[in-house]
Amino acid sequence: MAKRIDLKDLNVFYGAFKAVEDVTMTVEPRSVTAFIGPSGCGKSTLLRTLNRMHEVIPGGRIEGSVHLDDDDIYAANVDPVAVRRTVGMVFQRPNPFPTMSIADNVAAGLRLNGLKNKKVLAEKVEASLRSANLWNEVKDRLSKPGAGLSGGQQQRLCIARAIAVEPQVLLMDEPCSALDPISTLAIEDLVTELKSTYTILIVTHNMQQAARVSDRTAFFNLAATGKAGRLIEMDDTQKMFSNPTQRTTEDYVSGRFG
Amino acid sequence: MPSITGVSAVDELPGPEGHGPLQGDRASTGQLGDRLFSGTARGAGLLVIALVSMIAVFLLSQALPALAKDKVSFLTSTQWDVDGTPLQFGIANMLWVTVLSSAIAMLIAVPFGVGVALFITQYAPAWLSRPAATLVDLLAAVPSIVYGLWGLQVFGPHMAGVQADLERLFGWFPLFKDAGVGAASTILTVAVVLSIMVLPIVTALSREVFAQTPSSHTDAALALGATRWEMIRTAVLPFGKQGVISASMLGLGRALGETVAVMIILSALADGTSWSWSMFNGGETFASKIANNAAEFDSPQKAGAFMAAGLVLFLLTFVVNVIARIVIERQKAFTE
Repeated sequence: MAKRIDLKDLNVFYGAFKAVEDVTMTVEPRSVTAFIGPSGCGKSTLLRTLNRMHEVIPGGRIEGSVHLDDDDIYAANVDPVAVRRTVGMVFQRPNPFPTMSIADNVAAGLRLNGLKNKKVLAEKVEASLRSANLWNEVKDRLSKPGAGLSGGQQQRLCIARAIAVEPQVLLMDEPCSALDPISTLAIEDLVTELKSTYTILIVTHNMQQAARVSDRTAFFNLAATGKAGRLIEMDDTQKMFSNPTQRTTEDYVSGRFG
Repeated sequence: MPSITGVSAVDELPGPEGHGPLQGDRASTGQLGDRLFSGTARGAGLLVIALVSMIAVFLLSQALPALAKDKVSFLTSTQWDVDGTPLQFGIANMLWVTVLSSAIAMLIAVPFGVGVALFITQYAPAWLSRPAATLVDLLAAVPSIVYGLWGLQVFGPHMAGVQADLERLFGWFPLFKDAGVGAASTILTVAVVLSIMVLPIVTALSREVFAQTPSSHTDAALALGATRWEMIRTAVLPFGKQGVISASMLGLGRALGETVAVMIILSALADGTSWSWSMFNGGETFASKIANNAAEFDSPQKAGAFMAAGLVLFLLTFVVNVIARIVIERQKAFTE
C-alpha cells in the first residue's frame, strides 16, 4: 500500500514568487521523513505539492516532477482530486468538520468515495479509530460532535479521518504544534505505529520530535527573507542530529540559529 | 441592517475563537468612558425592546374594541364588512394570500439566492465575483413601486403561458385551479416578483457567511479528495446554514410585509367571491389590504378592524422568527 515518493528538480511558485527551489529527493515507503527548517523555508509548501493542495492557493504551481512509485501525479490526465484520495493530509490545527459527529467525520472520506453500506462504514470507522488510538475514548459517543473532543483527541480524529480512506502516503503539517506535551506524545506514538503501513512525511519545528519519530530528516533553509527555500541536506535522522555534513544543519539542529 | 424580523446573519457569526461575538468579558473598569459607553449601549438595547413592546401594545389596544364587536370569527371568516353594523370581518383570505405568496417567493428565492452566493464566493473568478455581487446588491436598490409596475406591465403578461401550462397539467389540484383572474395579476405573479425583491437579501447575507468559511474546513474537505461541489457540501454549506436561515428569515420578513408592489400587481377580489386555494387567484395580503383602504380609517371601529389585521401580520413575522431561532439553536450544539 505504501508508495515511494520521488521529487525531481522541483520548483514551487505562488504567482511570480518562487517559494521552493530545486528540490530533488526520494522518500522510501514505510518510513517517516521529517522536514525541518526555519519558518518560511518552504517545508509546508513542499509538503502541499505532494497532494497538490498548493493549487488551492491562487497562483500555486510547480515546475519539475513528483512521482508516486512510477506515477507522475502532475501528468496532464491526472485529476488532483484523485491524487488527494491516495495522499492523505493532517493539518497544523485539528480541523474536524464541526457539523459532523465523530463517526461521520471518520466516514466523510469514505462517503466521498461513494461507500454507502452502513455496516461496512461502521466497520471501517471502528478500524480507523482503533488505528488512531482513539476508539476506546470515543466508542460510547460516536454520534456526538467531533468538535467536543480535546485538541489531542481532535487531531487523532483527523488522523483517523485521513487513514480511513486507506491512503498510500500520509502528510502531516506540524500536527502537534497546537497540542500539549501529553497529546503530542500520543500522536508521536501513533506515527511510529502507522509507519508500518504508510509512507509518512511530517513537518515539525520540534527538533526532539524529529529525532524521536523520523527515520530520515530533510533540512531546508532560505538564503534570505523573500528568497526561495532550498533543501540543504537530507540523511538518516541519527546522522543529521549527530554528525551532519553541512555546517548550517549542525547550527540549526543544535539551536545555534533559527 | 434594519429589518422587521430582527434576525440578522451577523448575530450568528462566530467570533475568531468560535464563541458568539457579543459576550461580555466583565472587563468593566468603572471609568467614566466605560460607564458612559455601557450606559448608552444598554439604553439603545432597552429602547429597541420598548419600541417593539409599544408597537404590540398599540396594535392590541386599537384592535381589541373592534374585535369585541366582530360578529363573525376573526380568524376563519372570509367576509370583510367594516362599514355596516353589525361589524363583520375575518382575515382568512388575507392570511392565505399573504402566506401563499411569501411561501412561493421563498421557494424560488432561497435556492436561487444560495446558488448565486455560492457562485460568487466559490466558483466565479476574482474579476467577476465583485461586479456580480454589486449587481445583485443593486436589485435591492430598485424601489418597490418600480417592481410593481414592471411586474404588472412587463413581466405579468409573460406568465400567461406558464399559467396555462400549469393549469393544464395540475389543474386537478386546488392550488393550480383556474380562478378566472388575468395572469398578470395573480398570486403567482406577485410571488415571482417578491422573490426577485427578496433575492438580494438572501444572496448578500449568504455570500457573507460562505465567504467566511474557515480555510481549515475547506482544506480538510479538499485534502480528503473532495471535488469542488463535494467540498461545498461538506464544508461551506454546513458552516453557512445558520446564516442562510437568518437570511431567509430577513427575506421572508420583506416578502410578508411588502405593500406597494403587491398592491399594484394583485387584483383585489369583489366581496363575496367564493373561496379558492389557487395560486392563480387574486386577493389581498394584509399589507396591501390595509394600504388599499388607508383612506377609510374614519371611525375608530373601522381603523380597529384594520389594526387587527396588522396585528396578525405582526404576530406572523414574530412566529416565523421564533421558529427560525429554534432551528438555529438546535444546531448550535454541533457548531461550537
